[in-house]
Order: sequence, then structure tokens, then C-alpha cells
Amino acid sequence: MPATARATRPTLAVFKLASCDGCQLTLLDCEDELLELAGRIEIRHFLEASSAVGSGPYDLALVEGSVTTPEDERRVHEIRAAARHLVTIGACATAGGIQALRNFADVEEYRATVYARPEYIATLATSTPVSAHVPVDFELRGCPIDRGQLLEVITAFLVGRKPDIPDHSVCFACKRRGTVCVTVAHGTPCLGPVTHAGCGAICPAYGRGCYGCFGPSATTNLPALIPLLRRDGMDEPTLRRALRTYNATAFAALEARSQEQEERPS
Amino acid sequence: MTHRSSRVLRVGALSRVEGEGALHLRLHDGRVTRTELQIYEPPRFFEAFLRGRAYTEPPDITSRVCGICPVAYQLSACRAVEDACGVEVGGQLAALRRLLYCGEWIESQILHIHLLHAPDFLGYASAVDMARTRRADVERGLRIKQAGNAILELLGGRAIHPVNVRIGGFHRVPTRAELRPLREQLARARDDAWATVRWVAGFDFPDAGADHALLALIEPGRYAIEGGIPAVMAAPHAHGLPGDTDEPLPLRQFPVHAFTEEVTERQVPYSTALQATLDGERYLTGSLARYALSGRWLSPVALQAAREAGLGDPLSGAVCRNPFRSIVVRAVEALYAIDEALRIIDAYRPPPRPYVEVFPRADTGHGATEAPRGLLYHRYALDADGTVTDALLIPPTAQNQGAIEEDLRRLVQRRLDHEDDPVTDTELTALCERGIRNHDPCISCSAHFLDLTVDRS
Repeated sequence: MPATARATRPTLAVFKLASCDGCQLTLLDCEDELLELAGRIEIRHFLEASSAVGSGPYDLALVEGSVTTPEDERRVHEIRAAARHLVTIGACATAGGIQALRNFADVEEYRATVYARPEYIATLATSTPVSAHVPVDFELRGCPIDRGQLLEVITAFLVGRKPDIPDHSVCFACKRRGTVCVTVAHGTPCLGPVTHAGCGAICPAYGRGCYGCFGPSATTNLPALIPLLRRDGMDEPTLRRALRTYNATAFAALEARSQEQEERPS
Repeated sequence: MTHRSSRVLRVGALSRVEGEGALHLRLHDGRVTRTELQIYEPPRFFEAFLRGRAYTEPPDITSRVCGICPVAYQLSACRAVEDACGVEVGGQLAALRRLLYCGEWIESQILHIHLLHAPDFLGYASAVDMARTRRADVERGLRIKQAGNAILELLGGRAIHPVNVRIGGFHRVPTRAELRPLREQLARARDDAWATVRWVAGFDFPDAGADHALLALIEPGRYAIEGGIPAVMAAPHAHGLPGDTDEPLPLRQFPVHAFTEEVTERQVPYSTALQATLDGERYLTGSLARYALSGRWLSPVALQAAREAGLGDPLSGAVCRNPFRSIVVRAVEALYAIDEALRIIDAYRPPPRPYVEVFPRADTGHGATEAPRGLLYHRYALDADGTVTDALLIPPTAQNQGAIEEDLRRLVQRRLDHEDDPVTDTELTALCERGIRNHDPCISCSAHFLDLTVDRS
């Protein structure tokens, strides 16, 4: 963008699909930066924070939540059409979130047996990430996202550069933090080796194994980790549940890829 | 006819609330004939996929119901699972749980007061707009909120979906030295919270009275947060009193395990959230209910603040039934939570172990705690090896929905009764949005999945 082109501040919009609101709350949790940020950008659409609602096009749209209803399936196209850049924030928008557990179950059965009036409930059989419906410019991981990473993404898009969000695993962050490996030292099952960094490796620092809330990292070797998890006491159902919680579809895809590789003749 | 005798008003996409909902209002001949708070937040089926999970998993999983009150979900889940397993967590572990919960109360109540609710009273669209002319008030709110988040980050690992809570206690407990840096930040936040009580006490409050029964946990001797016994103060009309009475009324209690015998949820066609009733009637849970039932057990600082803020004397059982004044009660509660956090930190001695062992057994457990927005009830059935066979979550907003609709009906009717001053749709919309924000509804919490008694009449 030429420096002279825009006298006005860039515009930001925040949208929500099926989610817990935690990722957009992360923006309001930037207590030290919120007012300064609001001085540099125009927050034009952010229902949780403002009753003034401005129309697009928006320079940057942040989308939280997954697509689970016919209405949201339609809305996500509208959001894309109104946004110059579309960034998904969090595990729901990026991998379908915890509600994607329905993808492995029969939603019709869920709905019909448990709602007295299932006909009132409009829901899709699946919970899918935004990228399954429209092109996405960047996906920020995490359940919830990390505050520092969110600020990095917003500032990067505002100045037109690529966000500096590393793709490596939680193990790197543990080493950097100086945390003793919980698997090596205590035999605690930990998904850190296959999980995307970004949280700051909190769980091992608090004495528990990583539970994968940032989803799989870019280059993972799941088949190498599975025997370690089994050795440390994870039986098959426990392992399956560990991989299928907050980023169920992303880890399931990884499992399927690993399976294929194992079956391919060498 | 040039005037409309009937009109329908829709407030699409409510703002400055958590989650997404809408309001549908029907007026006919100057009367409000229908108020529907429509929660169109998609159902996320939590109770369905909790089935088949291990008894250790509900605290982490259910925290994902709500990004604003994850600790409430974690601790209600812990209490329910521990109840099923016959374990009670006490001593310093219980004190640390209360400290963590104080962090969430501070963060969540101040978020609502400074960023979502205060702009209504002062005529701004958002806190960011408000900051242009009242920067000090917004900055003060952000500072207090940050102090609440600091507790969550230190004790829980992070502010949203903390990782350090487990069945039986914590994965890791802090040393005294680790807690010490919070003291200074909290001491400053206590002064700031006093200033916030005075600030909101000076707002202009419309007359309104909430003629609902009030439900909250009580724990005689201290203000109930992370546990207690459900107690109900009957609605004024049940005693032949006007809805805006500030008289305290007698309480009745029932055990947590009888919760679903007292509270019934039903599905309404226009909302993905279920609506709860108590003894067949609407009721209110949350700050106003807690203050009415537990006000006398506030700390001296918070008692003094309540009196100065015009909430009456909590020691004589003062009750506040004006939903617009809930912002003042929240401010007093935030001040109390800061004061209580400081007390817990000063008295803290690290326990010998970060958690007590909890062994599974086949039973059903019940747990209730006071989320910032009101009572949050969990129930889990476990089999002998600790697999969850059934789960039930009843969040505050599902309980408050009926009371919110009734408050809106009264608010709009009162306005329509000023026949000499016709009301525009824009004015009504603003009035209703304020009425809804008075209750701080957590809409993403309330859209959940539930086993219902099927009624296909």
C-alpha cells in the first residue's frame, strides 16, 4: 500500500461463530495495549465490546468460532467478502474446535434424543474450520490464543508484513523456558512433541503433560511419540481421547496421515 | 389509522454481552404482549461428548463452555466429581481454589462494569469511545482487571482456560514467595476498586424493581464463592409486597443434590438456551441474589463500601432489587474479591501436596459454585472405573433468562405507560439493550445440550 494512500486509520472487525468467546476476550485482556491499539486502528465491528456497528469493507477481520449452522455457513462468505484480510483466531475457527467432536458422532441422534423439540435446533452434522468454506489469510492457533501472538498478528497485518509466528513444537518452548522434560524426568505422558508452540509451554511448567490445545505443529512425528505415550501409561482409548479434544479434526487428520505412511511399503 | 396499534421490534445481534443473542418484542394496543430473549448461539453439545470421558477430564473440557468464566466451570466440575467420589478438598488447597476464583471474579466483574456496562449510563457506544473523554476511568478498570488476571496467570497458568486445576486440587501449588508479588498489585487494585464503587454509585439509576425469587449459594460466616448450600429468598409478591421492596424476606435452603428437583429446565422454540424455573416460577441468580443472601458476610471494607454506595446496611439484611443498580453490587463484589484475595495470600502456607488423591467409584455427584454471573450447577454420573456416563450443566444465564424477559416486559411497559411522551423504536431498542446488560448474560454459556423430560403436548 503506498504511504500516501490512506489518511484514515485501518479498520478492524471481530466476528464470532460457534465458540466460547475466549479468543476475542483475549483482545480485551490486552490491558496494557488496548487503548494504544484503539488509537492506531478503528475498531469498526466488535459486538462484544461496542454497540456501534460499522459496515465493511474492513482491512482486517478476525474470526472466532467454527461453522456449525446453515446460517453461519452463509455468514462466513459475507465476512470474507467484506474483509481485505481474514485471520482466524483460535482452535474453533482454525480446526473446528471442541465442538467438532460431533464429527465423530451422529448429530441427528444427539439432537433427536436429547432435545425435546429437535426441530427447533438448526445445526449442521459437522463443525468445520473457516478455511473449509472460504480462503483464509492466516490461522492463529490455540484454545485459547495467546495474547502476545494476537498482538503480533494484528500489528503485522496493519503494516503489511507476514506475522512472525513460529511453527515449531512445544518442546522448543519448554527448552527455552528451562522446564525439565516431564516425560523424561517423571514419565508423564505429554503431547508437547507433536503440538504447535505458542502457549509458552505452560502445562509442563505446572507439572503436567501438554494436552495439545494449540493443535499439531507443522512437522510432527506422531508415530514416534505413540510408543512413548503407551509406555507412560496411556492405553488406546485414553490416547484417542487425548488426541481428540480441543483440535479433534486436526489431530485426526494427522493420525490418518501417520497411518498411511506406516502402511506404505518402504 | 395513522398510528400503529401493533408493532414488532427486533433487536438483532445484541452488543456488549458475551455470546450472541437477539430480542423479539411484540406490542399491541399499548401493551407488551411478548418478550423473547432469543439465544441463537449454536448448540455445542458439551453434555453429549462428556459421556465416555474419564472423571479427570471435565474440569479442562467444561472450561471451554465459557472464555469469561472458565474457573467457574472448572471448580463446579471438580466439586461434582469429588462429590461422586466421596472426597472433600479442604485446608490450603480449598483456600487456593477460592483465591483462583477471586481472580476470575475481579477480572469478570470489572470487565462487565468498565467495558460493557458503564458506557450505557454515560452515553457511549464502547469503553474505547468512553476513553476519549474519561480515560482515567477506563484505565483504572483495565488496571483492576489486570490484577484479577495476574492471579489467574500465576495460579492457573493463563487467564483464559487455566491449566493448573485438577480433580483433588492443583497440578502445582505456589510457594509463598511466588504469591508475594501479587500483593502490591492487589493493594493498588483495592484502592482502584474503592474508586470504582464511588464512580458507579454516582450514576443515574432508573426506577425498577425485580419481583423475582432470588437464588444463591450461602455459606454462613463468609460470602459464598466456590461452594455453599443453595438458598432461596421468595419473590416479594409471594409475601404481598411490591416488587421493588428492599425488605429482606425469609430464606429456605435445599441440598445441592436436590437441585434438579427444585429447578426445572424447559426448551422454548425461539432459543437454543433452555429456560429454568424454581417451584414453577422465574427467579434470579447472580450479584443481586448473592448480595441479598450473603451481604452480611462481606469483609469490613466491602461492607463500608456498600453502605457508602447507597446499598443500605448489609448487616441489617439490606436487599437491592433494582437491576440497574447491579453495577454497584458488582463493584462491591469486586472490591470484596480483592480484599479476600489479599487475606488468602497473607494466610497462605503451602500444603504438603498439591492435590489429594481421588479414586473413582460408581456414583452421581453434584457441584455448585458462584460464577460471577450466578449459580453454576454440574452433575456427573460415573461408573466404577471413573468413566462419565451422564453429565448435566445448568449455567446462570439459562436460569436468569425468564427473569430477564420479565424485567424487559416491565421496563418497556413502564415506558409505554407515559402516554403523553410517545416512544420511538430506537429508544425502546436502547432501553432493552440496557435492560439485558444489567444482567450480564453469558450467552455462549447458556446454549448447551441437555437431557430433557420430553413434553410433546
